[in-house]
Amino acid sequence: MASKKFLYVNRKAPHGSIYAQESLEVVLIGAAFEQDVTLAFVDDGVYQLLQNQDTAGIGAKNFAPTFRALGDYDVSQIYVERESLEMRGLSKEDLMPLTYEDEDDDWAEKDSIHVVSSDELADIIEQQDVILNF
Amino acid sequence: MSVLHIVNKSPFDRNSLDSCLRLAKADSPILLIEDGIYAVQKNTAAAERMQQALSNHPVYALRSDLQARGINPDNIIDGISLVDYDGFVELTTEHDKLQSWL
Repeated sequence: MASKKFLYVNRKAPHGSIYAQESLEVVLIGAAFEQDVTLAFVDDGVYQLLQNQDTAGIGAKNFAPTFRALGDYDVSQIYVERESLEMRGLSKEDLMPLTYEDEDDDWAEKDSIHVVSSDELADIIEQQDVILNF
Repeated sequence: MSVLHIVNKSPFDRNSLDSCLRLAKADSPILLIEDGIYAVQKNTAAAERMQQALSNHPVYALRSDLQARGINPDNIIDGISLVDYDGFVELTTEHDKLQSWL
């Protein structure tokens, strides 16, 4: 079966609803079936990638560290909309570092997160076969 | 006794905070919880609204909700007070009415 290009669009903050956690689970399942997976973080979705999330005080599961497993599932295309970051006073330095090992480049460790403009993200959306929204 | 206003939605996702600020009487306190706490950060598109709100209302935010979301408590808009769950309970007992802007 030819693999399809799957885009997961994440627009919700991480702990106020179950969307973010469910999205991450579906992404990992999709990646296990060796599909071509791309993630986009837009609007409050950018908050999912903030560093230093500690949910001990609210009695909820902290799924943020699970994002670091994405590289091992060959999910290396993570796009964050610059406009969404700026509106929230955030920059790439506020986000957790996510990396993958590039098999075409002697397994060099590379950044998975790319901050892109709205126009660039619009092109990325256009290139997909399947788009799933969370 | 004044009304305690509680906002639990992100100011960038819903208009709950705006409705609260429009309809809350001067001096009545506002407590930010859950995704409502994203309004505490400096340099956001909501910072000016919060700054104005602080001249009319005492504003509180639940510390555990900041920590859960990775928001640094040392870098929030001046004048916002952080409370723990005990402070949350205290605020609710100090006011005879609650308005939750769901």
